[in-house]
Amino acid sequence: MHISNCQLTKSRPTMSTSSGSADDDQFPVGLRVLVVDDDPTCLMILYKMLLSCRYNATKCNRADVALSLLREKKSGFDIVLSDVHMPDMDGFKLLENIGLEMDLPVIMMSADDSKNVVMKGVTHGACDYLIKPVRIEALKNIWQHVVRKKKRENKDFEQSGSVEDGDRQQKTPDDADYSSSANEGSWRSSKRRKDEEDDTEERDDTSSQKKPRVVWSVDLHKQFVAAVNQLGIDKAFPKKILELMNVPGITRENVASHLQKYRIYLRRLSGQHQSGLSNSFMGSQEAPFGSMPSFNGLELQALAASGHISAQSLATLQAAAHGRSTTNSALSPLVDQRNLFSFESPKLHFGEGQQQICNNSTQMNLLHGIPANMEPKQLVANSVGGMMQGSRSNPLMVQMAQPYSRSQNESIGNYASRLPSTVGQPILSNGIANGVLGRSGLVENVGPVYNQVSQPSSIVDFSASRSEDLSGTGFSIGGSSVNSLISPKGVIQGDDSMEVKELRGEGASSDIFSDLHRHKSQDMSSRNVGLTFDVSQNMNVRGNPDVSSFLVQQSYLANQDTVNCWSSATGKELFSRGEERARSNEPITSQQLNARHTDDSFRLKAENFPETSNQNTLLPGHYDQEDLMSAIFKQQQGVENEFGFDGYSMDHLSA
Amino acid sequence: MHRRLASMRKSLLDQGFLDEQFIQLEELQDDSNPNFVEEIAASYYRDSARQMLNIDQALDKFPLDFTKLDNLMHQFKGSSSSIGAKKVKNESTQFQEYCRAGNAEGCRRTYRQLKKEYATLKKKLEAYFQLARQAGPLETASRPK
Repeated sequence: MHISNCQLTKSRPTMSTSSGSADDDQFPVGLRVLVVDDDPTCLMILYKMLLSCRYNATKCNRADVALSLLREKKSGFDIVLSDVHMPDMDGFKLLENIGLEMDLPVIMMSADDSKNVVMKGVTHGACDYLIKPVRIEALKNIWQHVVRKKKRENKDFEQSGSVEDGDRQQKTPDDADYSSSANEGSWRSSKRRKDEEDDTEERDDTSSQKKPRVVWSVDLHKQFVAAVNQLGIDKAFPKKILELMNVPGITRENVASHLQKYRIYLRRLSGQHQSGLSNSFMGSQEAPFGSMPSFNGLELQALAASGHISAQSLATLQAAAHGRSTTNSALSPLVDQRNLFSFESPKLHFGEGQQQICNNSTQMNLLHGIPANMEPKQLVANSVGGMMQGSRSNPLMVQMAQPYSRSQNESIGNYASRLPSTVGQPILSNGIANGVLGRSGLVENVGPVYNQVSQPSSIVDFSASRSEDLSGTGFSIGGSSVNSLISPKGVIQGDDSMEVKELRGEGASSDIFSDLHRHKSQDMSSRNVGLTFDVSQNMNVRGNPDVSSFLVQQSYLANQDTVNCWSSATGKELFSRGEERARSNEPITSQQLNARHTDDSFRLKAENFPETSNQNTLLPGHYDQEDLMSAIFKQQQGVENEFGFDGYSMDHLSA
Repeated sequence: MHRRLASMRKSLLDQGFLDEQFIQLEELQDDSNPNFVEEIAASYYRDSARQMLNIDQALDKFPLDFTKLDNLMHQFKGSSSSIGAKKVKNESTQFQEYCRAGNAEGCRRTYRQLKKEYATLKKKLEAYFQLARQAGPLETASRPK
């Protein structure tokens, strides 16, 4: 490098990058950033870099001070940058608190680039994860998280009653009330955005009726909690809960997915611990809710809760994750936050793990994206987003998680496949948000997901078998650990005719997509969608599980059949690719991906939405799947360039 | 003068003492903050000295608490990487690996090496900054403002 006499112009992000003019022509100039780092040298450097990006930066070397600063001026900041390792408070804890209380996008930073940590960031809801030393280029793009989040929020509000939109069922005003005022606990608020959108629609109320959404109002939730407590959390099965609640208009699926989320939430409250997934997941097919022990704790649960990952998948994921490295329980927290209750979980059982979700590391992206992005929607409920870390929020993950109440959504598999993409590339380091997945919510997520994960191995563990509803949200496909991508072996049970067309790997993608579209409306009602993907081997959910889970979840939501097929194929593709990719790190890619995904996801959403007429679609459903998938694909395609989803001919994927 | 400075900088980079991050810091330097890099380096040496003391103490305990050492080194590594101290950072990484492997001897050996690199870099940076001050602030990072 030749510094001497070179014209080194400081990059001014604002000038060049402000695409947005979202707020004003000057954007992102003046972006209000709070940077927290206990290391004074790093803090000073970051601060200076932010100033040089023409942001309105505030520095702080203690997490508690940061939190009080944020509380004092509730809307005084646009985004927070925080170090992971701090003496007074764990960075992840801070991240959660911020997410819950202020719902600001948070970017984590660390010199530690191990998948686990990144995944943890994702699952905890970080919208991006930067590896130190942080370069100024990475900081130049952080504004995207702010925009993305705002967009998501806007979407939520805009939609009022049109189911079409997919993720967000607009009913924001009503929903918002529920969500925000609910204060059931943090989960409520965290979900608020997402839930509003997704859940708000009462089944009957939704205008389009395409996918009726159950709105979990405060009262309804109270009844739910009462029923659960009466039965005992361990014995609380959706059917029984439904009976006890005795509320007309909600189905078992609704309850199931809600329960999933609730469980995740509870787990998160009781302390998240990363425990390998392996424990309960492994086999627990059936208890979607309960079985997700912890994908690293809550992560899986979150994923599962998000409704999409059936218990099985979760288990698998967990197991897988366990195998490799424990996934950071990032997932669960994220999920809880956002979608606690969007259980939609169609279960996807993924069979043979062929899919290798290799998200090694940057699964974080997935998670990150989700929480951040997802907000509005329930879909996001899966907030798997946490998983995605990395640069872009892992919307993917989240999206996937969205619990589709539809039973039909087995198609989670599809989403799962998407996850892998998120795995991606090292984008994390640069902080690219992985918001990949998720259309409305998802879309955003999808993007990030990719970014973060350097290795896309997202484990798509979708336990397709969701007869009851919920598929494990737990998938945390996250990071590299998910090696076994879901390879849908074929349609599994499920009454519906899942079109799971042999989910084979890549080749299936094109089929899947078409199937997806076709099947969207199909059998949503049938519960068990038969896709059971055996997630074989290593579902190292760890890193990527988040992503996967989200993806999976997404898939669930969308179409059972199609998604499944789709996801599986894609998933595999994605995941395997992810592995190969392993760190392509390009922050840029992630960004690109995100952008792409977003488009896709949105598109997908729309498509999917209409379909689920049958089930109570808690989640925007369908589209999620598609979005995820597309998102994943996109990412894959975009990012890695090598992912090569050649096989997939996704229309939306802009290869 | 700036030619000398530039060539010194180049040599530091080529020899792997410093990496791209250092250049980033230089790019941040401007008229309003003409000695930014030097200040950062000073801050780094202050903090890292303290961190190394902690590591020294931890290395004196028996048995070694590898987790703690790993964490301490992680902090140190973060600081070092933020100023672009490449060799020091590499030694830190190596140290962490030994910690994870539970290899006490490896840790100590690496740490000794790390200290050497640290001291070497410090001297070189001192010389560099001295020259930079002589050359004038604008010369350090020739950038039009």
